[in-house]
Amino acid sequence: MKFGVIVFPGSNCDHDAYHVISKHVGQPVDFIWHRDTNLSSYDAVIIPGGFSYGDYLRAGALARFSPVMSSVKKFAQRGRFVLGICNGFQILCEAGLLPGALLRNRDLHFICEHIFVLVETADTPFTHELQRGSVLRLPIAHAEGNYICDEDTFAELKREDRIIISYCDKDGGVTNTANPNGSRDNIAGICNRDRNVLGLMPHPERACEDLLGSSDGRGIFRSLAATLASVA
Amino acid sequence: MKAKVYVNLKPGVLDPQGKAIQHSVELLGFNGISHIRQGKYFEIGLDSALGEAAAHESVSRLAREVLSNPIIEDFSVEIEA
Repeated sequence: MKFGVIVFPGSNCDHDAYHVISKHVGQPVDFIWHRDTNLSSYDAVIIPGGFSYGDYLRAGALARFSPVMSSVKKFAQRGRFVLGICNGFQILCEAGLLPGALLRNRDLHFICEHIFVLVETADTPFTHELQRGSVLRLPIAHAEGNYICDEDTFAELKREDRIIISYCDKDGGVTNTANPNGSRDNIAGICNRDRNVLGLMPHPERACEDLLGSSDGRGIFRSLAATLASVA
Repeated sequence: MKAKVYVNLKPGVLDPQGKAIQHSVELLGFNGISHIRQGKYFEIGLDSALGEAAAHESVSRLAREVLSNPIIEDFSVEIEA
């Protein structure tokens, strides 16, 4: 199994993702410059957090036009796995690989803190080793994390069990006070219909070592690695 | 020839920046403001040989595919000779 971490001008969590794959997952991983288009040797790619293209125009809007993104689309269509984290989630929405959009946070602030999320489903290649209903403590660091979508899309996400994690309090209560950014129904992460493309606002790759305040993010990478091991 | 493109959040989409501006403006004593919505404005220089109709079509496509996100934003295009 081989992982790739895509690097745009302005990506800044690429090394964190690389570190987690090489150290904790223990698998080969490459950086993929955004002008490269050959993804044939990879089983999963991570679109990392950061400020691709300085967030000019809209967060993720310009990264979508990088040459690598048309390859990522085909990669996803072939059933390979794509994990977008923070800016990566914004890019996946802008590219149409995930529905909806991420707006400016309700209270305008850039929020950088540890929050709690509820695991809404274990039925994805990225969360099957987690327990549905369990609570993870993960960091967020974003100014545009307020997820929005239309009624039809929202109904579809609910019906198809595609809301993966939701902001909650420490006891798992999905409440308005536990919602850091105004996101619809506290949505913190969703997947596509085929369940092989996942977007998350929180940063599991920054929560894989107790020294960093939490190692709750490991389950996501462990799940993905187990998925890859079973399909390889 | 020049194109002007206005991109605005769709009605109903939360605009906390507009709200913050409105709040400040009201503190300054401006009365009678019902709401402020913040948008974006783009000026695009165009080759006059393009013709107005073709320019409008081309810039509209650009506005739809790049300058706006149709999930959250509307746009309008004006062409000036």
